[in-house]
Amino acid sequence: MKSLSSREREAAPTNQSAPGPLYADRVKVYPKRISGTWRRVKWAILVACLSVYYGGAWLRWDRGPGAPDQALLIDMSGPRAYFFDIEIWPQEVYYITGLLVLAAVGLFFVTSLFGRVWCGYACPQTVWTDLFMLVERWIQGDRSARIRLDKASWGVRKIALKGATHAAWLLIAAATGGAWVLYFDDAPTVVREFFRGESTTGVYFFVGLFTATTYVLAGWAREQVCTYMCPWPRFQAAMLDEHSAAVTYRAWRGEQRGPIRKGVAPAPGTGDCIDCKACVYVCPTGIDIRDGLQIQCIGCGLCIDACNEIMGKVDRAPNLIAWTSVAYEAERAQGRPGRYRFVRPRTILYAALLAVVATVMVVALALRTTVEVNVLRDRMPQFVLLADGSVRNGYTVKILNKERRAASFRIEATGFAGLVLRPAQGEAQNGALTVQAKPDSVETVPLFLKAPRAASGPASRGVTFRVLDAQGRLVARRDTVFIGPAR
Amino acid sequence: MAAEFERDPVTGRSTTGHEWDGIKELNTPLPSWWLYTFYATILFAVVWSVLYPSIPGIDGLLKHTNRQDLVETVKAATEAQAPMVDRIRALSIEEVRKDPQLLAFARTGGRAAFNNNCAACHQTGGAGARGFPNLADDEWIWGGTLADIEQTIRYGIRGEHDKSRLSMMPRFGADGMLSPAQIDDVVEHVLALSRQPHDAARAARGAPLFVEQCAACHQNDGSGNRELGAPALNDQIWLYGGTRAAIRDSVFAARAGAMPHWEGRLDEATIKMLTLYVHGLGGGK
Ligand code: SF4
Ligand code: SF4
Repeated sequence: MKSLSSREREAAPTNQSAPGPLYADRVKVYPKRISGTWRRVKWAILVACLSVYYGGAWLRWDRGPGAPDQALLIDMSGPRAYFFDIEIWPQEVYYITGLLVLAAVGLFFVTSLFGRVWCGYACPQTVWTDLFMLVERWIQGDRSARIRLDKASWGVRKIALKGATHAAWLLIAAATGGAWVLYFDDAPTVVREFFRGESTTGVYFFVGLFTATTYVLAGWAREQVCTYMCPWPRFQAAMLDEHSAAVTYRAWRGEQRGPIRKGVAPAPGTGDCIDCKACVYVCPTGIDIRDGLQIQCIGCGLCIDACNEIMGKVDRAPNLIAWTSVAYEAERAQGRPGRYRFVRPRTILYAALLAVVATVMVVALALRTTVEVNVLRDRMPQFVLLADGSVRNGYTVKILNKERRAASFRIEATGFAGLVLRPAQGEAQNGALTVQAKPDSVETVPLFLKAPRAASGPASRGVTFRVLDAQGRLVARRDTVFIGPAR
Repeated sequence: MAAEFERDPVTGRSTTGHEWDGIKELNTPLPSWWLYTFYATILFAVVWSVLYPSIPGIDGLLKHTNRQDLVETVKAATEAQAPMVDRIRALSIEEVRKDPQLLAFARTGGRAAFNNNCAACHQTGGAGARGFPNLADDEWIWGGTLADIEQTIRYGIRGEHDKSRLSMMPRFGADGMLSPAQIDDVVEHVLALSRQPHDAARAARGAPLFVEQCAACHQNDGSGNRELGAPALNDQIWLYGGTRAAIRDSVFAARAGAMPHWEGRLDEATIKMLTLYVHGLGGGK
C-alpha cells in the first residue's frame, strides 16, 4: 500500500478525473520516536495512569471483621461499593452520578483552558496506544525500520518480529482485561481462582472481552478511534474559544517554508519552517499540524518536541509549534505582544460549576447518614374496614442500618387523635414499636395504623412516622398518608 | 445527475452527486474497515436468522426457543425450591409457622399462588369486593384461624366438594316466609344491631321476628356463627353492603356466594403456603 500523508490523501481527488472512492483504505501511521518536554510529561502521566489501574485493586483497607479489606471494590453480589472509607449502597449510586458529572465538568474546564489535553495525555485509548507503540518500537525498531519491515516480503525475520509484537500486545491486553475484574472481587482470590480454572464463566468472559477490545483498539484501531469512533472530538469544539490553548503551528513565523542549504542565504520572506516534516513523522494520528487545527489532532504535543529539536539544530528560536491560543497568535502575527486570557466567562462558568458540584458532593458525603428510613404504604388494599368500624392502613417501614454493628430503633406514628400503631405480629408497647436491626442490612418492618372511622376523615390524612435510635435521638421522620373510605 | 460525478469548485473534491436545495454533499470516504463491519453485521443477521427462530413458523437450525428457555428456567427454579417445598409438605402448618425461614418462603410462595388463583375474586392483597370477602379484615364468616382458612381453601364454600361447607339462608321474601312489611321491620332491627340510623318503632317490631327467624344462625345479638357460616350482623363489615336497601335484598332473596375447592387442583404445599399467606394478611385469628 502506498503511504500517503493525510494532506496528500485529502488532496488526492483533485488530481484525478475519476470520482473518488466511497470507501478509503486506512493509511497506516508510523509514528517516529521523539524525546522532549511533552514526551516526558506524557511518559509520566502514562506511568501514573497505568500504576493506578494495575495497582489499584491491590490496595488493602481494614474495615474490621466481616467486611472486605480491599480499598477499591465494587461488590455486585454484596451489593456494596467500597471506596476507602466510603461504603456505597445500591440506592446511593447518585454519588457515582455526581462523580461522573464532576469528571465531565472538569473535562469541560480543562478543555476550555488547554484544549485537548485529556485526549493527548490521559485518555485510556491514548495511554494504551502509546504503550503498544512503545512495545512495537522496541521490537520492530523506529519509523523507517517499521516501514521497511512492512514492505519486506514475509520471511523468518518478519514473522518473528511481527509475532513477538502481537504476542507482547496480547500479553498486555490480557493483563488489562485481568486487572479489570480485580475490582469486582477480592483481588488475590480472583487471581488464584483464575489460574486454577475455578473462576466463573463470567470472569473468563470479561477477561476475554477486555483482552480482545484492548488488543484491537490499542493495536489496530488506534487513531481511528479518535477520528471516527469517539464522540468527544466532535463536540469539544463547543468548549473551545479563540483563547483556549491548543497545539498550533505559528504560521506567521513559519511561512514561507523553505529548506536550508549550506552556504546559501535564505531567500527573503522565508520563514522558520524548514519543511523537514519531523512534526508529521512523530504525529500518532499521522496529520500535518501545519494545516491548522484539525479534528484528528489529539493535542499530544509530540510535534512541538519534534520541531523544537529541529529548531535547536538549525539555530532558530524554539516553539514554532506550541501550546498557544488563536487570539494570542493573531496578536503576534500583527507584531503586537500577545496576551493569554485564562479568566474568561466560560472558564469562570466551568470553574463555578465545578466548585458547586464538588461542594454538593462533599456536603452530601459529610451529611451522609448511617441509617436510612423508607416508608411504603400498602396499596392493595388501600385500607381495610374492621368489624368495630375503625379503618386500618398497612405500611412497611424499611430501616437501612449501614453501620457494621447491630442497633435498636423505636418507631412511632403521629398524625391525629385516635391513631393506633400495631406491628403486623404482636402488640406495640406504649404506642411505639422497638426494632432490632442487624448490622449492615435492611430491616423490613410491616405494621398497621388503625383509627376510628370518624377520626380518619373523609379521604386521606397526613401521618408521620418517627424513627428514634437507642439514645432517643430522632433518626428520621417520614410523612405519609392515612386513607379512609370516601364516605 | 447521479451518474455524473461533479467536482466541488471550492475544495476540489468530488461530490456524491446528491443535491438538496442547491447544497451538494462532498464525497468523504469512510474507512473500508467501517464498510466491512457493516457487511459483517448483515452477515451476522443472516446467520442468526438461519440458526435461531426469526421467521414465524421456522424454528431455525439450533431449534432454540425462548419458550424452551422458560421451561428450563422454571424447571431449575422448581428444583431449587424443592427442598423448602418438601419440608412444607412434610410439616404441619403450625410447624411451618414457627420456622421463620420457612414462613417467609411460604408467604412469598403463597402470594404468588394467591395472585394466580384467588386474586380474580378476592383482589390482590385480599382486598375483596362486593360479594367476595375482604381477607385482610378481622371478620371471618367461616373462621379465621389457620385451620379454618385451610379448610375453606381446601374444600371451598357451597362448592362441589363433598366436604365443602354449606349453609343456606332462607329466601324470606321470595319464598313468602315473611311479608314485605315484616321484612322491612327485620331490616330496621338489623340496622339497629349494627348501630346505624334506623326507625326505632319498626326495629322494635322486627326484634321478635329476628329472634324467631334469624337468631338460630345469626344469634340474638347478631354476632353471627362461624360454625354455620352466618356472618356477624352487629359489626361494620358487610359483604353485600350495609345499606337499608342492600340488607333488604339479602333478607328477601338470600345470598349464597360460592367458593371453589382447591384440593386436587393445587398441591398440598401450595395450599399450606396459601393458608399462611392469607392468615398473614392482617386479619388472621
Ligand atoms: S498534530 Fe501534534 S499535537 Fe496533534 S496529534 Fe499530531 S503530534 Fe500530537
Ligand atoms: S518540524 Fe518544524 S520545521 Fe520541520 S516541518 Fe514541522 S514545523 Fe516545519
